[in-house]
Amino acid sequence: MQFFIEVLIGGLLSGVMYALVALGFVLIYKASGVFNFAQGAMVFFAALSFVGFQEVLPARFGMEAGSAAVFWLSFLLAFATMVVLGIATERIVLRPLVNQPPITLFMATIGLTYVVEGLAQMTWGANVRGLELGIMDEPIGWLMDDYGIGVSKFDLFAAGVAASLVALLAALFQYTKVGRALRAVADDHQAALSIGIPLQTIWRVVWAVAGFVALVAGMIWGARNGVQFALTFTALKALPVLILGGFTSVPGAIVGGLIIGASEKLAEVYVGPLVGGGIEGWFPYMLALAFLLVRPEGLFGERHIDRV
Amino acid sequence: MLYREAGQFKSSYAEDGRIFPIRQDRVGFTLLMLVFGVAVPLLANEYWLKAILTPVLIFSLAAIGLNILTGYAGQLSLGSAAFMAVGAFAAYNFILRVDGMPFLLALALAGLAAALVGVLFGLPSLRIKGFYLAVATLAAQFFIVWVLVKFPWFSNHSSSGVVTAQEVSILGYAFVSPEAKYVLTFLVVAVLALAAKNLVRSATGRAWMAVRDMDVAAQVIGFRLMRTKLLAFAVSSFYCGVAGALYAYTYIGTVEPEGFNLDLSFKILFMIIIGGVGSILGAFLGAAFIVLLPILLDNLVPALFGDALGAGFASNLQLIIFGGLIIFFLIVEPHGLARLWQIAKEKLRLWPFPH
Amino acid sequence: MARQSGDVIVDLRNISLRFGGVKALTDISFDVREHEIRSIIGPNGAGKSSMLNVINGVYHPQEGQIHFRGQLRRRMEPHHAAEQGIARTFQNIALFRGMTVLDNIMTGRALKMRCNFLQHALYWGAAQREEVAHRLKVEEIIEFLEIQSIRKTPVGRLPYGLQKRVELARALAAEPHILLLDEPMAGMNVEEKQDMCRFILDVNDHYGTTIVLIEHDMGVVMDISDRVVVLDYGRKIGDGLPDEVKNDPDVIRAYLGGAH
Repeated sequence: MQFFIEVLIGGLLSGVMYALVALGFVLIYKASGVFNFAQGAMVFFAALSFVGFQEVLPARFGMEAGSAAVFWLSFLLAFATMVVLGIATERIVLRPLVNQPPITLFMATIGLTYVVEGLAQMTWGANVRGLELGIMDEPIGWLMDDYGIGVSKFDLFAAGVAASLVALLAALFQYTKVGRALRAVADDHQAALSIGIPLQTIWRVVWAVAGFVALVAGMIWGARNGVQFALTFTALKALPVLILGGFTSVPGAIVGGLIIGASEKLAEVYVGPLVGGGIEGWFPYMLALAFLLVRPEGLFGERHIDRV
Repeated sequence: MLYREAGQFKSSYAEDGRIFPIRQDRVGFTLLMLVFGVAVPLLANEYWLKAILTPVLIFSLAAIGLNILTGYAGQLSLGSAAFMAVGAFAAYNFILRVDGMPFLLALALAGLAAALVGVLFGLPSLRIKGFYLAVATLAAQFFIVWVLVKFPWFSNHSSSGVVTAQEVSILGYAFVSPEAKYVLTFLVVAVLALAAKNLVRSATGRAWMAVRDMDVAAQVIGFRLMRTKLLAFAVSSFYCGVAGALYAYTYIGTVEPEGFNLDLSFKILFMIIIGGVGSILGAFLGAAFIVLLPILLDNLVPALFGDALGAGFASNLQLIIFGGLIIFFLIVEPHGLARLWQIAKEKLRLWPFPH
Repeated sequence: MARQSGDVIVDLRNISLRFGGVKALTDISFDVREHEIRSIIGPNGAGKSSMLNVINGVYHPQEGQIHFRGQLRRRMEPHHAAEQGIARTFQNIALFRGMTVLDNIMTGRALKMRCNFLQHALYWGAAQREEVAHRLKVEEIIEFLEIQSIRKTPVGRLPYGLQKRVELARALAAEPHILLLDEPMAGMNVEEKQDMCRFILDVNDHYGTTIVLIEHDMGVVMDISDRVVVLDYGRKIGDGLPDEVKNDPDVIRAYLGGAH
């Protein structure tokens, strides 16, 4: 039983990390209807930029390596990089493709994926790098001692960060002018345009916010597994979360992430050995699929009625 | 001036229903077939046959398969490569395990095996649509490759998981030379492309397009969604399966399941988007574009920037240019090369008097 | 205008339809007789389109019974309705936008075509003969509706009025016994309306097709209908000959406003 709980909690916490990437997808899809496959490449680019600046600042500008100043300045610079990338994407890729079918936009984001991957490695090199956030990946002492359940401090920290990020985004959507405009755009582009909401500004904001989410996700994933090309595959972890939770639902991304994370880890431990392991590549997809067959509208979606 | 249809009157609906109603098109097409069927294998060098022409034909076939599903029936799929894998490994096992299995029969059975698997993974399309379905097809992509890796029976217990395609022999003739392999590929692809063209211009194709354009109206007319969609999945997977078998037997020779990865699926999707969604011709144009582009960049980038930049830089630059060109292309001509061709023909009909 | 109306072919009894908590139709009964033009009228949101959707199986009512030619149909799917000879046009044109006019109309013949996909792949012999035979029938309809010049045009490029006409052609291609028309004249100018009226009457006359019509233009409705049923807020408030309905106090109240 303790082992089960340990796996479950571990799964839930890694689910939070999936949710973090899924969140970036949801933001962009909601605001612009673009299925942004480049989100994984953005996570990679953001994390790489962060560690890149952390190396460059002490080496070139004589700042003290490992200091808080370097950390936060790198964070800001990496964020700024993502904002520039977002604005450039809106300007160069999306604006000329406005009103094209969704599949064309989707393909364009796959093209964007290649560009961002190439750009990231060209700028910062392709070596695997470590990323230090100062939180150890070790079990929490009292839980281990008193109950014999191992829960990583790092995972808990990641969950905390994700939760605050979601709260922040929710507040942004609910209480700011930009957020209100964004919700209007998500509802109906044409209507939003007709009442004078500047669509392009909103899209730029959304891509910048998605860049921020990618940065946070990239730092956490990077601290966990090292900053390397494999970070781009986080996109593939987020996709089943999306079909489970819905492309447009922020709570869906969170709950979907938790479900996928937990069941994936449980299946890995309890089902995996029976079939020779390595099932984490497809299991989340099959799970999401099975769920959709029972409930096609997803976790939080409303039942769609075809009006003719 | 030469491209005119004046004076060519169609006197029956059968004539009106031809693939090439204009005489000049028929002549041009025959010439094209003669060039690629006869002249090319006689004249082209080994590198072109092996590295460019044969793979272009094979990928065209896979792209036709995906185009049937996505372009005509409107079901977005990201798992084409997995169905190619099914075809490749099915052909391998049929030839390996059945004594005296004729190659063409093995090819057909490989297609049928892929079709069967395709129908299975097409079932979710009855309940979910669009990008949700696209993501669901990723389940096929990852699951099929996993099965082929995890169960060594499929690769005849080869320790590395890599299998080597047996020699292709039809009626005692061994297809060993690049020319022979090319001609075989050409014939199979030509026959299947014609069949695909026939399908999409007949009632089957209309059913697919009806479901694609407006499924409720299609149902009200009397089309059964399940039958129509699953047929699209079956036929599409059949084409991908045959393409996969050809990929193993007439192109690459040795295959492993991981070779049929998501990247390959995306490539095939690019082929139909760049070639033209819902066009058989487009599948060929798109396949040629996507096969030639990296080869072109391989030669061009070092030539332009020298070797001084290092291999890493060059490969990243290629990545950027490849992605950038795709975006550029989508912006300039979102309907693909086939549409450009169509526009060129319409202009030519009026040339030199544009009004 | 004394047309010969025959037996009841569609009989709807106590139909109720809900979407979640929203009641779209409440306890509605009426019938349609062979060869007649039966109109459904009512203010926006009265449930007219839902009524058609119930008749041809797009929606499944929670309560009530539908009899076709005296036979009870339980949980009918749209393709069943099509097989019964029910064809339909839609309020917001539901043409296949990626296809030409000709291909759109050819889809209407789908249920009458017998060849399978393997024969289609060969496009030889039976498959080709069948294609040509049905093309002949479709050309008849194209001529009848006077749309010869646009047969190879993609429908997306056509103006609204012509699209409505192509949709009617597609429905007629099925040679239906019952034709459900959902606001076939919405958004048309007077001339286009006159054309459409003529086509509807001709179809009814020529082919003896029973027509169920939703229309807002009262002039048209009163002119061409044999009987009219009136819906308001998902309930039936009137049913009868055009003149009877026109003078019904409930109907007048629904249209002119008043206490509900």
